[in-house]
Amino acid sequence: MNPQSCVHIHKEWDIVGARQLGREMAKEIGFSTVDQARIATAISELARNIYLYADQGKISYEIIYNNSRTGLCLIAEDEGPGISDISQVMEDGFTTSGGLGAGLPGVKRLMDEFEAYSEIGKGTTIKTVKWLR
Amino acid sequence: MRIPILKLNNYLLISIQTEIDDQTAIQFQEDLLDEIYKTESSGVVIDLTSVDIIDSFIAKVLGDVVTMSDLMGAKVVLTGIQPAVAMTLIDLGINMKNVPTALDLEQGLLKLHKELGV
Repeated sequence: MNPQSCVHIHKEWDIVGARQLGREMAKEIGFSTVDQARIATAISELARNIYLYADQGKISYEIIYNNSRTGLCLIAEDEGPGISDISQVMEDGFTTSGGLGAGLPGVKRLMDEFEAYSEIGKGTTIKTVKWLR
Repeated sequence: MRIPILKLNNYLLISIQTEIDDQTAIQFQEDLLDEIYKTESSGVVIDLTSVDIIDSFIAKVLGDVVTMSDLMGAKVVLTGIQPAVAMTLIDLGINMKNVPTALDLEQGLLKLHKELGV
């Protein structure tokens, strides 16, 4: 992974900064308005998770190529408390914060590829890709 | 950052034109409820034409403000939700079923007139 850009998340306004950068990159690559909104929203959810659960972390952005396809790869990393049961947080409506529980399942639906790794006490990494159609 | 709230007869009009962060959203919730109380407004239109992203948090704040205003006796209509925003909200799993909406400000005001019977 050779990230082209990276936004550190340690204050609330960084959530806005992270999604604005994501939207700009998505627009540059040629994503439709709807996909730009999907990408920006996914980043907003990932950044908020970092801010709420881990205090700080970062989101990296990379333009990737696979055969003739172009995509935007996002990696959200934190060194927070970690998630004990990933399958549980992937259930719709599961929430520990009193929010809507849209969180990770929502991000998965907004994007094309989604992988989550987490280790208790070490942190969480979420990698997600949207391909240009 | 504060979102301006305009008074028009017994209605309040809000057009959200800036990128909303969490703090601004919470502040807006408080400001709107205060304004409803102070002006004794019976209807509110929140226009979202210029908003190009609504994530789960902003959606929750907007949904809550509709319920809170309703508790106080004021009807809120959200207007101008962009196609991309509507599609993204459904992907996220947020349906905002109990939130009154209209295509634009004009339709929103008509909806209020009808509901409030004035």
